[in-house]
Amino acid sequence: MKLAYWMYAGPAHIGTLRIASSFKNVHAIMHAPLGDDYFNVMRSMLERERDFTPVTTSVVDRNVLARGSQEKVVDNIVRKDQEESPDLIVLTPTCTSSILQEDLENFVERAQLDAKGDVMLADVNHYRVNELQAADRTLQQVVQFYIDKARKQGDLDTTKTAKPSVNILGITTLGFHNNHDRTELVRLMGDLGIEVNLVVPDGASVHDLKKLPQAWFNLAPYREIGPMTTQYLQAEFDQPTVEINPMGIVETARCIRAIQATLRAQGADVDYEPFIDEQTRFISNAAWFSRSIDCQNLTGKKAVVFGDNTHAAALTKVLTREMGIHVLLAGTYCKYDADWFREEVSEYCDEVLISEDHGAIADKIAQLEPAAIFGTQMERHVGKRLNIPCGVIAAPIHIQNFPVGYHPFVGYEGANQLVDLVYNSFTLGMEDHLLEIFGGHDTKDAITKTMSADTDLGWTTDGVKELNRIPGFVRGKVKRNTEKFARDRGISKIDAEVLYAAKEAVGA
Amino acid sequence: MTLAQAQPQSLEFDCETGNYHTFCPISCVAWLYQKIEDSFFLVIGTKTCGYFLQNAMGVMIFAEPRYAMAELEEADISAQLNDYEELKRLCLQIKRDRNPSVIVWIGTCTTEIIKTDLEGLAPKLEDEIGIPIVVARANGLDYAFTQGEDTVLAAMANRCPTSADVTTPEEKEERGGIQKFLGLGRKKTDTTTHSDADETHYHDHPNLVLFGSVPDPIVTQMNLELKKQGIKVGGWLPAKRYTELPVLDEGDYVIGMNPFLSRTATTLMRRRKCKLIGAPFPIGPDGTRAWIEKICSVFNIEPKGLEEREAKIWASLEDYIALIRGKSVYFMGDNLLEISLARFLIRCGMTVPEIGIPYMDKRYQAAELALLEKTCHEMNTALPKIIEKPDNYNQLQRIQATRPDLVITGMAHANPLEARGINTKWSVEFTFAQIHGFANARDILELVTRPLRRNNNLKEMGWDKLIKEEAKV
Repeated sequence: MKLAYWMYAGPAHIGTLRIASSFKNVHAIMHAPLGDDYFNVMRSMLERERDFTPVTTSVVDRNVLARGSQEKVVDNIVRKDQEESPDLIVLTPTCTSSILQEDLENFVERAQLDAKGDVMLADVNHYRVNELQAADRTLQQVVQFYIDKARKQGDLDTTKTAKPSVNILGITTLGFHNNHDRTELVRLMGDLGIEVNLVVPDGASVHDLKKLPQAWFNLAPYREIGPMTTQYLQAEFDQPTVEINPMGIVETARCIRAIQATLRAQGADVDYEPFIDEQTRFISNAAWFSRSIDCQNLTGKKAVVFGDNTHAAALTKVLTREMGIHVLLAGTYCKYDADWFREEVSEYCDEVLISEDHGAIADKIAQLEPAAIFGTQMERHVGKRLNIPCGVIAAPIHIQNFPVGYHPFVGYEGANQLVDLVYNSFTLGMEDHLLEIFGGHDTKDAITKTMSADTDLGWTTDGVKELNRIPGFVRGKVKRNTEKFARDRGISKIDAEVLYAAKEAVGA
Repeated sequence: MTLAQAQPQSLEFDCETGNYHTFCPISCVAWLYQKIEDSFFLVIGTKTCGYFLQNAMGVMIFAEPRYAMAELEEADISAQLNDYEELKRLCLQIKRDRNPSVIVWIGTCTTEIIKTDLEGLAPKLEDEIGIPIVVARANGLDYAFTQGEDTVLAAMANRCPTSADVTTPEEKEERGGIQKFLGLGRKKTDTTTHSDADETHYHDHPNLVLFGSVPDPIVTQMNLELKKQGIKVGGWLPAKRYTELPVLDEGDYVIGMNPFLSRTATTLMRRRKCKLIGAPFPIGPDGTRAWIEKICSVFNIEPKGLEEREAKIWASLEDYIALIRGKSVYFMGDNLLEISLARFLIRCGMTVPEIGIPYMDKRYQAAELALLEKTCHEMNTALPKIIEKPDNYNQLQRIQATRPDLVITGMAHANPLEARGINTKWSVEFTFAQIHGFANARDILELVTRPLRRNNNLKEMGWDKLIKEEAKV
């Protein structure tokens, strides 16, 4: 048992469901007790999704436990197949139902006899892997399933497209700014004259997966989700992989150069150097920012970075190389992939921290006292307490990570966004500081002051106590209304009873 | 001329045993740890449970967290580790870090399946570490959403002292459960003149304890309402602090604040030998009046001024009621408050075709169901169909077919329904808002009318549907 207050990555089934519901016309059946199905809430609420989340819970309750769940699960798969004709139904248990040790593989085989669409069991160990690892694995499993299927049907065409083309792998629903990154990457590929063969899994049809081998290379921008699939495709079809996360000006250029090398090796005569130069020096504002007088003020400022592997590593590099900010500590919660992280960031920071314990990071921040933090919502929270500004750069996702406007993290526009994020984090911190010096904030407590000097109204102790229980944002209104009520009725002492009588009368 | 189709004269019940969504019952931790200020809630479950509290419920931990997960790992599941030793280690750490007055163990689906004997482990550990441990099985195999609170309160009911246990005057006062500053609930042993003066307002009636976790302002309001009738509230389960749990003796009277507390009611009756006052719930002016009247009738007290009070409240609600009169509202079913809310909204002039509800205890909700039926007859509207454990998919088909004016639904379906031009209100808001008592009827209508008011503002824009084709639901 582990005493846990906070989790940086979700449970495995969340990862599986993120993959399944990213595809077009794929449905997932969760074999789970009531309440385990909050994935639907997250997707509908956090991502403001307009469509019903294609996940149905086959509810495990006491009766199902007693009778065995096979019948119910199979019925629910077949039912969903008839109701919505999905191309694929993915069955997944949760931490809880996975310990029932049922032969879910057999359930799937049974259901497949009656279902027109495909049915598969997500093969994930719910106690050994987290959301990110499960997502990586499920994506690979779905891809392999459809490659195998096409091969069996003699329907697998591995001829490369005429023009250079790419598969972008790892863009998912409920991913940190993934929707914006997708747009930016597709645009970048367009600028480079590369056709996008497939974006997977976001919005992809499983029937198109057999076309994956036709691309000239695979681009996996995220370290967490995608690499298992690119490795599989590389092993299976010798399809080259570019796994550089194009975040920040320098890494974007490195990614483009890797693409260039890949394409040249396959005989394409491409030269992206003029494009990189044009973007870096004249179109993107990020490089210019680095050179501008504003950025001078950031020189030597100290920061702590914490997040998933992809974002924490990228930010560490951007801060040190492109902005001259001193990264005291770079950390990741992706413990399972710690070596990669160490290798990526060691030369850019004083200290590396690999931990899933939010308390350890909070202690470090308190001890290091950086000028700014770049972390997750948790570090933002820690920063609030310590009065250190924090820019949020990584999941766990929050509704604020689904801005309505365009905010990619990758590519040249992503580099601009990063500059804004970093700059605003620091300056806002400064402003806060100034506000404090000049007392610019609202006075904290208006309760004890009377409305005007000649008022003969008074609050009794219990009245004040009751008033204090009313949420701060409406307290002022309630107080005014109550006092008006009391004055109208010639009441001079306001106690709890008067307060509630007033609330009733005026709807305060 | 043909007669209108005969309407059923009594309520129709159905149980779909479908695939439905509600929040997990461990949600109760979110409000109970705030309500009981000296408590610590330890949820013994998996990553799935922890991520739920953190992400879906959005319960952020603060500087002094008073809830945590005892996260079960592979070695726990495969019984390689000793549950007792593991829980002891965690509880000792909690004692060291927070020193709460009580640790509440929240059992989950996983502890049910691996058959962890929490009730067996707790007494021994309690003795060993010197902190009371209350065990509640708020699991999703047996319960839905708000019923989590029911499991906790049922467990706490067993921890309320009897008057024989409470000997010192200080403790008696503390266990009175009522804020001293109101001058209520004092024992006769009190000597202050203020209290003595107050004492005269009260009728001589048996001890009355209210159960249900409601925000403190509601506690005050309900105490005041009953005080107006000369009824003294002997205490609340739960109280603000665990050490202030009310005194419960055999034969004391108890009454519930919420429709989802049937297990607590049963425990109070069977284990504590209390007498349950079965009444509609104090939600809406009609329910609140019926609730107070029932208490009065049990104590043979003539209620004073309730009719005028109710009429006055209704009059003050007219601006909101005008917005909803004649409109229809559909309950998908989530928090078990459905029957009470439907009854109130029907009284407001709305029609209710269907009430989905995760669990229906017809005995505990008998008075509420009777009032619902009576209200429908008096308002001359069709009786709603009550569907236990509804199937969400089928419900969505019915919603698309009948297009009600408002759907009260869990969070998973709200945005997709709005995108299809159907007004929605989250059911969870009614769980967290202050909806009890006379004065708060307005707050219920504030919530109910908000989507209608908002969408009236947007009406002229012509943005009814925000999806391209009518997607298959």
